[in-house]
Amino acid sequence: MSNHESNHGSVKAYVTGFVFSIILTIIPLVLVLNHMMAKTALMVSILIAAVLQFVIQLFFFMHIRDGEEPRYNVAALILGIVFVVTIVSGSIWIMSFNSQVQ
Amino acid sequence: MQQSVSAHVSDHDHGHVDQDSLKILGFWIFLVTDCLLFGTLFATYAVLHTHTNGGFTGKEFDIPGFVIETFVLLVSSFTSGLAVLEMHKGNKKGLISWLIITLLLGATFVGLEIHEFVSMAAEGATISTSAFLTSFFTLVGTHGAHVTFGIFWMIGLIVQLAKKGITSDTKRKISIISLYWHFLDAVWIFIFTVVYLMGVM
Repeated sequence: MSNHESNHGSVKAYVTGFVFSIILTIIPLVLVLNHMMAKTALMVSILIAAVLQFVIQLFFFMHIRDGEEPRYNVAALILGIVFVVTIVSGSIWIMSFNSQVQ
Repeated sequence: MQQSVSAHVSDHDHGHVDQDSLKILGFWIFLVTDCLLFGTLFATYAVLHTHTNGGFTGKEFDIPGFVIETFVLLVSSFTSGLAVLEMHKGNKKGLISWLIITLLLGATFVGLEIHEFVSMAAEGATISTSAFLTSFFTLVGTHGAHVTFGIFWMIGLIVQLAKKGITSDTKRKISIISLYWHFLDAVWIFIFTVVYLMGVM
C-alpha cells in the first residue's frame, strides 16, 4: 500500500504542493507590486521563487521521483533544462553585443 | 501446465505494464522537447522585450487580469491531480467530475487570455505593433494554444471514460494528460514571472 501511495501521490502531497505553489506565487507578486527591493535583487528573488515552484510541482504534482529505475525521464528533463538555459542565457549574452555591431 | 499458463499470463501482464511505462516515458520526452520550444520563445522574448517601438510596454499589462489567470490555471493543475487520485481509487464519477472542473477552469483561463489579447488589440497593441509585442503574443499565445488543445483532448478522454470506464488504457491516457496539464502550469509560472511580473516591475 505504501508503494501504491508513493506511485500515485496522495491528497496530502497534492495539497502540500498546491499550498506551496500559492505561497510562491503570492510572494513575488507582493514583492513586485510594492516595489520592495532594488531591481536586480527583485529579479533574482522572483526567478528563485519561480524555479522553486517549478521544482515543487515536479515533485508534488508530476511525481518525478516515481517510476522504475533507471529514471530516463529525469535524465531527459535535465538534458532539456541544460538546453533551455543555454538557449536563453546564450541569446541574452550574444544579443548584448548588438549595439556594438550596428 | 497450470504453472506454465500462469507464468505466461504474468509475463504477458508484465509486458503490458512495460508498454504503458514506455508510453509515459515517451510523453516525458515530448514534454522535454516542448520545453525546448518554449525555451526558444523565452529567449526571443528576453532579447526583444525592450524593442517596444514607442508603443505598448510591459508596464501596461492588466495586473488583476494576469493574476486571476495565474490562480485559475494553478487551481486547474491541482484539480487535475485530484482527478488522478480518484482514478486510482477506481471512482469513475469522481474522476469525470474533477476532469470537468479542470476543463472548465482551463476554458476560463483561455477566455481570460482571449479577453486580454482582444482588449490589447483594441488599444492598438497588436502582434505587428512592435518586436516586443510579436514575441509576447507568440510566447503567451503558444501557451494558450497548448491549453486549448488540452481542453479538446480532455473532452475526448471524458467521452472515452464514459464509454469504456477506467481500464488500463484510459488510466494511462489520464496519467499522460495530467502530466501535460501540470507541465502547462509549470510553463505558466515562468510566463507569469518573466513576462508579466518583470513587465510591470
